Amino acid sequence: MNTLSIWLTSAYVRGLIGQIIGTAVGFGFITAIRAVMGLDTSNIEPAVVFGALIGVPGSLLGAGVLTDWIKWIFGKKTPLRHGAPEGKPEWSRYINVDVNHKVIGIQYGFTSVLVLLIGGFFAVLFRIELAAPGMQYLTNDNFNTLFSAHGIIMIASILLGVGAMVNYLVPLMIGASDMAFPRLNAFSYWVGIPAVVLILSGMFVGGWDTGWVGYPPLSLRAPLGVQLFLLGFYINGLSSIAGSINLLVTVTTMRAKGMSLFRMPIFVWAAIAASIIQFTATQTVGMALLMVVTERTIGLNFFNPTTGGNPILYQHLFWFYSHPVVYVFILPGLGVISELLPVFSRKPLFGYKWIALSSLGIAFVGFLVWAHHMFTSGMNDALRIPFMISTMFVAIPTGVKFFSWMATMWEGKLSFETPMLFVLGSISVFLIGGVTGPILGTIPTDMHLHDSYWVVGHFHSTMFGGFVFPFFAAVYYWYPKISGKMYKESLGKLHFWLMTPAFWLMSLGQMRAGLLGMRRRIADYDPALGVETTQVLVTVAALVIGWSVLIMVYNLISSARSQKMAATNPWNSRSPEWQIPYPVPEFNYDAPFEVVGDPYDYGLDGSKYVQTIPMPAVGD
Amino acid sequence: MRNRNHIINVTALVFIVTVPLYYLLRAIYALPQAASAEAVPIDQMFTGHFIAIAFLFSLIMVFMLYSAFVFRRKPGDDTDGPHIHSNTALEIIWTVVPTFVVLGFGIWGTVTLNDLVSAKENEMTIEVTGQQWSWSFAYPEQEGFSSPTLVLPVDQPVVLKMGSKDVLHSFWVPEFRVKQDLVPGQETTLRITPTEIGDYKVRCAEICGTAHSTMLADVQVVSAAEFDAFVEERTQAPVYAEMTPEERGEMWYTGGEADWASCAGCHSLDGTRLAGPSWLGLYGRTEELEDGTTITADDDYIRKSIFEPNAQIVATYAPAMPAVFVDTFAAKEAEILANEGIEIDIVDDLIAFIQTLEE
Repeated sequence: MNTLSIWLTSAYVRGLIGQIIGTAVGFGFITAIRAVMGLDTSNIEPAVVFGALIGVPGSLLGAGVLTDWIKWIFGKKTPLRHGAPEGKPEWSRYINVDVNHKVIGIQYGFTSVLVLLIGGFFAVLFRIELAAPGMQYLTNDNFNTLFSAHGIIMIASILLGVGAMVNYLVPLMIGASDMAFPRLNAFSYWVGIPAVVLILSGMFVGGWDTGWVGYPPLSLRAPLGVQLFLLGFYINGLSSIAGSINLLVTVTTMRAKGMSLFRMPIFVWAAIAASIIQFTATQTVGMALLMVVTERTIGLNFFNPTTGGNPILYQHLFWFYSHPVVYVFILPGLGVISELLPVFSRKPLFGYKWIALSSLGIAFVGFLVWAHHMFTSGMNDALRIPFMISTMFVAIPTGVKFFSWMATMWEGKLSFETPMLFVLGSISVFLIGGVTGPILGTIPTDMHLHDSYWVVGHFHSTMFGGFVFPFFAAVYYWYPKISGKMYKESLGKLHFWLMTPAFWLMSLGQMRAGLLGMRRRIADYDPALGVETTQVLVTVAALVIGWSVLIMVYNLISSARSQKMAATNPWNSRSPEWQIPYPVPEFNYDAPFEVVGDPYDYGLDGSKYVQTIPMPAVGD
Repeated sequence: MRNRNHIINVTALVFIVTVPLYYLLRAIYALPQAASAEAVPIDQMFTGHFIAIAFLFSLIMVFMLYSAFVFRRKPGDDTDGPHIHSNTALEIIWTVVPTFVVLGFGIWGTVTLNDLVSAKENEMTIEVTGQQWSWSFAYPEQEGFSSPTLVLPVDQPVVLKMGSKDVLHSFWVPEFRVKQDLVPGQETTLRITPTEIGDYKVRCAEICGTAHSTMLADVQVVSAAEFDAFVEERTQAPVYAEMTPEERGEMWYTGGEADWASCAGCHSLDGTRLAGPSWLGLYGRTEELEDGTTITADDDYIRKSIFEPNAQIVATYAPAMPAVFVDTFAAKEAEILANEGIEIDIVDDLIAFIQTLEE
């Protein structure tokens, strides 16, 4: 088989075809029923919604994710298949449904970066529009669709990126052979694909102008595209829920011998905290999104005030998930920082238990602060004060992390390879996000800053510092483990030195514009605000960030083709995944290991974290 | 700690950096002019926060950069650093101290908020209505007239009772500092005491659809005497027969005492781009339409644009004009015919007014 036909028969193409067929069937079905009933068929919205819903199982069937489960229904046993599809080369595993956690992790990673580039491209498009006052080359509606899509597409990208890190790393770190439910793991990834397709196709059927929050009543009136956005968002939630259950079961039941909770690599703690949030909060937003879909499609009444609904209700349901979910984004990122700092500082992680528990602390407090997104919404005044106090408390566990990181570096022996640079960049950027948060938490100052560009700057700092920078650090750091090759250090450093100052400039500029009175989500701004120079700088900075990410993509692709193999443990790490040579076996560790010490005891002579359990002699 | 000197260096550096950083922050992060009584306690909180920001940012960055420079690995040294695990006293300090600091800010915020939302003596009520994509302001204590411009007497506490006709909007005048959403089906309130005479703008701060970015309204803070004159002008019952078509046109433009959405919400007179094209120099202008054709803005085109608003949309604009004016104009014309016995044509008045707006 040649390369083209392998691609054309891959699960991605089959899934897409399945989704198109499913959508057409659903669309035709509703249109036919409406025609028979004599209803107005020129209103295609109900048919599009039903088609979109049927398209998702269509995609899963086409890709082949459901094959095993369907066979089980009919009483057929199916073994877990490992390796490439029959008669196809090894690399085709990565474009087909596969149950190995490392393959799925890499699929998540590739998709995440691809979706990141799409969402980033949208941002560049509307940033250029904003460089000067007046409408340049976009219409208001184009602009609104682009920024709305940028938001939700980036969230999809981040969730995929979290999935990539958690899937690839956690089983390796805890000494498990795979995730607890490998087929469910594949499902979690593959159900995310039709979700992204739905969101992107929403842009072509009218777009939508609600931002990623989709507040009614605006979302009840927005163009048809909003339906596909809501459904795509909803379907993405299935991926989160299934993935987080899998992770929690894996960590609780499949740890290596001797790996007590406080001897787990710190990243695993972050993954647990993030999964608890995903597992418990995603349902709420799913419900809120479906309520809007049903209100629009079949006239159920939840949010429309003219018929007795309450638009504020949606905001509560929405933020009950959507606030905690930002901790799903940042906790794994902060976990990467805590994981890498000791390696590049050659010192133990300072206050391991405090950092581990602070992740749970952030996850817990994160559930009690959602209404700070609604300080100006008109909710009951008596609710505002407790939410202000709880919001301020987020600073405490976050502070613990910062202080512990500083103490970890203190008097260490620091070296500055690209992953470490990105870790330090993360800390500086997340610090900007962190210190600009409390000013939004106290209501009087928030009354000025709410829905202004200050929020845009603050939010992007937390996302870049809490996810993007650490994700890039993780990509560079584990690249030799994944590919067996070393990335090009010079390009990695170039990426860092372009992206970090550019990001500082971008977020600091956004905050300045906000303080001066620039509202968020506007297609055009009033030159009287005095922010024109700032806007130009922010746009230039955004372009530099975009180019620097392309440099990384080039670096990763070109380095993979190099002939020279990387060292087995290039960072001299104590973590178990670095103790085995490339390539990692299908089931990770040929011989199981046992935990005999603490994970980060750098500088303690003769200490060991893991050792291989000797195989019992035959006949023992 | 093993080396006291490092700690002394870093502590000194943190304090040395904090002070200039604070002034740098205040230079970059200027607030707009403070034009309300509410801005005073809010700006004090901003100062408090910026001091905290300058200190915390210096603290972490100085520690990080100091470590990066002083504790860098020597070439060829592949030994590990000291085996320091944790320090319970330190951990407790950096948990407990921030707790009190954030609680302090929380209490400060509570007290200030209480001030901002509590009723003031002799408040004047103004009703604010938002709709896609314009504002209107009604003065129930002054016979209930409405205006597309928010005119406020200086130093007079006002309470804004706000509502929306369609989707969420948010009332924000950056110079007043405070912000409140407008929620359909529910009344929200905001209290403001303007303290500086001048011109400002209400800027809708909650995404509300296509023309959200241009949902602006003028705010004028004026002296008490000017406010009285404004009220008098707006409450005198107009005698249409005695007015010229141009004068009537201007009145229809601002909404007058009619209760339809004012033209001023979406069409400026000074060339500013709002939800609809500006009327400045409109008459006789050649406009490019969405479908690429061009048209001259003559009487027929203007009449058609008002009565069939979505038939000929000017390029780059959204079809946002409500299609209600056929009915509302006819009703008003009938009312005037009944009261004064004259027949007027509101569209003719508007055209006459537009003809006066030459560039």
